[in-house]
Amino acid sequence: MKLPLLKSKNDATDIGRRQFLKSGAAMVTVTLAPGVTVMAYGGAAAAQANPATRWGLLIDVNKCAKDCTACVSACSNENGWQDTGNPATDAQWIRKVELRNPQTGLEQSLAVMCQHCENPPCVDVCPTGASFKRPDGIVLVDKHICIGCRYCMMACPYKARSFIHEPVTDQKPHAPRGKGTVEGCTLCVHRVDEGQQPACVDACNTTGNGAMIFGDLNDPESEIAIQLATYASSAIRSDLGLNPGVRYQNL
Amino acid sequence: MQRLISLACMMVLGFGSAASAQESDLFPTIPKALYELETPHPDDIRENHMNYLRHDRDATMRLGDRDVEFSLKSCVDCHAVRGPDTSFVTIDNDAYFCKACHVYAAVKIDCFECHNSRPQAIELTGMFGADDMDALNAYLEEISE
Ligand code: SF4
Ligand code: SF4
Repeated sequence: MKLPLLKSKNDATDIGRRQFLKSGAAMVTVTLAPGVTVMAYGGAAAAQANPATRWGLLIDVNKCAKDCTACVSACSNENGWQDTGNPATDAQWIRKVELRNPQTGLEQSLAVMCQHCENPPCVDVCPTGASFKRPDGIVLVDKHICIGCRYCMMACPYKARSFIHEPVTDQKPHAPRGKGTVEGCTLCVHRVDEGQQPACVDACNTTGNGAMIFGDLNDPESEIAIQLATYASSAIRSDLGLNPGVRYQNL
Repeated sequence: MQRLISLACMMVLGFGSAASAQESDLFPTIPKALYELETPHPDDIRENHMNYLRHDRDATMRLGDRDVEFSLKSCVDCHAVRGPDTSFVTIDNDAYFCKACHVYAAVKIDCFECHNSRPQAIELTGMFGADDMDALNAYLEEISE
């Protein structure tokens, strides 16, 4: 791949207006040394969210290690939400849930985040249209029009959404968040649009547990679809008929 | 009255030549951008930036179209202003680019209650002088094979 060259301030005039104003998709970043990143513009642009695609996650509960919180830390780093020491109100885009079967003593641990429902109740109840589903199945909050009524938090059976109670500064540029709005797992939509997978999935693979698979549920060739077609899996609260995009194995 | 209103519009929108004589007194001091565009269009942007941004943010957020012409991130990256300590200032600082006109026109900016007001990846262009550019380009050339 040929990287476009940097221009100094004075000879930057041949950067075309349209090209320069374009947003992230067409940028190339190069790390020169720790803490030093070069950003260059150019290259082909990403397409829009494809309605033929349905992004999903498959989490193998047997592989999800009990004391591991790599996915939670990765999400927090990637999207810029932190514990502020107020567990009652702190944002939780993803959390580890511990289960114990009192009869058998079996203990399990699993990551739970927004399940990106096909029929999302958070979207049904939203009075402003801020809670919405992208054509590719990712459920998001449009914070420009969210009024912070928190109906969606009530409606979500998975407690997947959080309300931001305090002013926020120094957000990640790809994950704007601010006081008075509701937020939740975005399935790392900014990474997905660039052809990457969510930060939690990468982190889980890095630990060696490899409990998470990300992919297109509608593509029969994708690893996630093959797994779902080959092995038994379940959705949390499948009785609700929401058809979540997040599935679990060995639950 | 009509004349007064149109004069006020001209000043706010910066229809340069007509009011240029009094610019230093009547106009806010607008910080220079880091880069120059091939076809500068400040009048259009001053008048319409909010509409362009709203249109393109909806395309990006709702449809996943990241190949849009206008993005707040790009505005922020290019219209960055350095404070006395040479780091880029935030919206809380009166020297911030957007504030020059917004304070002047008494229009509140909500964008930065959620969006970061400081440039991120472009920080490098400030850390290196023009002399370093050749070395960097040679490096980029090398690694892009
Ligand atoms: S898990 Fe909750 S927030 Fe996510 S789509 Fe379903 S109802 Fe909405
Ligand atoms: S809090 Fe925001 S996203 Fe949730 S229902 Fe209310 S307006 Fe919609």
